[in-house]
Amino acid sequence: MIIAVASGKGGTGKTLVATSLALSLKDNNKVMLLDCDVEEPNDHILLKPVITGSEPVNMQVPRVAEDKCTYCGKCAQVCAYHAIAVLGNHVLTFPQLCHGCGACSYLCPEKAITEEPRQTGVVEWGHSDGVRFAHGILTVGEAMAPPVIRKVKERGNGNGIVIRDVSPGTSCPVVEAIKGSDFCLLVTEPTPFGLNDLALAVETVRELGIPCGVVLNRAGVGDAGVEEYCRKEKIPILLTIPLDMEIARLYSRGIALVDGMPQWKSSFRQLFNNIKEIVDERNRSIKR
Amino acid sequence: MKEIVVLSGKGGTGKTSIVGSLAALAGRKVLADCDVDAAVLHLLLSPSLKQDNEFWSGQVAHIDPDECTQCGLCQELCRFHAIRNFEVDHVSCEGCGFCFHICPVEAITMKENLSGHLFVSETRYGPLVHARLGIAQENSGKLVAQVRQQAKQIAEEQGLDYIISDGPPGIGCPVISSLSGASLALLVTEPTLSGMHDLERVLGVCRHFSVPALVCINKYDINEDNTQKIESYSSAQGIAVAAKIPFDNVVTEALVRGVPVVEYSDGRVSQEIEKLWNGVCETLKDKVKG
Repeated sequence: MIIAVASGKGGTGKTLVATSLALSLKDNNKVMLLDCDVEEPNDHILLKPVITGSEPVNMQVPRVAEDKCTYCGKCAQVCAYHAIAVLGNHVLTFPQLCHGCGACSYLCPEKAITEEPRQTGVVEWGHSDGVRFAHGILTVGEAMAPPVIRKVKERGNGNGIVIRDVSPGTSCPVVEAIKGSDFCLLVTEPTPFGLNDLALAVETVRELGIPCGVVLNRAGVGDAGVEEYCRKEKIPILLTIPLDMEIARLYSRGIALVDGMPQWKSSFRQLFNNIKEIVDERNRSIKR
Repeated sequence: MKEIVVLSGKGGTGKTSIVGSLAALAGRKVLADCDVDAAVLHLLLSPSLKQDNEFWSGQVAHIDPDECTQCGLCQELCRFHAIRNFEVDHVSCEGCGFCFHICPVEAITMKENLSGHLFVSETRYGPLVHARLGIAQENSGKLVAQVRQQAKQIAEEQGLDYIISDGPPGIGCPVISSLSGASLALLVTEPTLSGMHDLERVLGVCRHFSVPALVCINKYDINEDNTQKIESYSSAQGIAVAAKIPFDNVVTEALVRGVPVVEYSDGRVSQEIEKLWNGVCETLKDKVKG
């Protein structure tokens, strides 16, 4: 089972939930935590994994053999991203704009274009106290997170429980990280900002056809907007975590909630059981 | 005219609350919400909408089932795994058009994609340019670029002194699009190990694009040891810490009421944000050309 932990709004507690969920389930299950927030990966700070392997993430970008090129301009014409241009007797490539679709090399009538790897990030993997772990790190200055996220997701193939920590927002990196999961947990806070972005995240998850539930973090301040919204939209609130300075301080020191306050473990196990019930029920109804 | 972009790396450190307050403190300015896929600045500024423009960007492939011979070439060549059972998954399609070019029976067309909306609103603090990226859409970077361009145009037309932008979290495409060419990046961090880790990375992006930076530590009293570490790190990097804002529920209370915190309370949070704005102005005078 693959569970994505997303939020819309940043800083609502995704990392806290993803790491504590993994640590609460590891005693009785095979658990893997994938940090898919490749722009700002933070799970390793709380999990402190031993890294046992790594692999560069490469985009395939065009390389033009000018001795074969006739400057016909076909490559520039087919590139949707303006990553290749033909000016007189010169071909210019802009590797940072390239999405690596491969159209230019395939369609070049002279077979003058080959592809070469360009590194945009790295995937590292390892383990921490019984939890298998992998994360991706986008190189600073690079724009495109999805290729790195795809590589992180590949590490999560296999059985057991896979938890994916997703970046904030609702655009391509979020969609890439959630896609293919069985359930999406949306972590939010009871404020107008939290509600606004939760509604956007719910729309995104529904577009992908994935069931979702909410974790309400920092409960006790703010207003009742999120709860009213969840009631109206029939989205279950599966866990409530209060605003608590002790929890905030543990996080600030890089200590996972269930390590600092082990009494939370049973709540996270219950959270998983609730998710499992929803997913199982859904699978049964699909089979019928 | 000076353009200040507020970034953080880590999400939820308080960018928007701070931008909302700077909106109330700064003189003649236009506000820009560059967090186009989770825009919330408008919730603090009670805007009245003046313009709503469609944002058409990129294309999506479409297979005509009557023409398709199910040869499978497109499925085999698509690197984004966006074609299954001779149908295009619009969410996965990156609009490259490879399939359109190679289909032997020309069954594939590329359709223009409505990927969001660009808004211009009036607020009592000045004009606000904001946007909404469509659900599960690409090209957030391009929409950010349009938000900035629109804001710049308004600033030039009205002779305004500042563009104040609320940036997105992260370090990827929309952040780069918000940052490149700005006068100053204001980096809002928090004294958590995650916040510090992410600050280093977003500062790396500022360096990469040669934009000067200024740091603000929000909720500094959650962990004062970490706050000290951020201060020494910043000073080693030659970057000033302009303000240290304490943790206080007044920030959330102001947010629930939909007003900038400096207009809701005159306590320490508001005093520090005023200090922050003074720091921004001084840095703009000292360090920033143009």
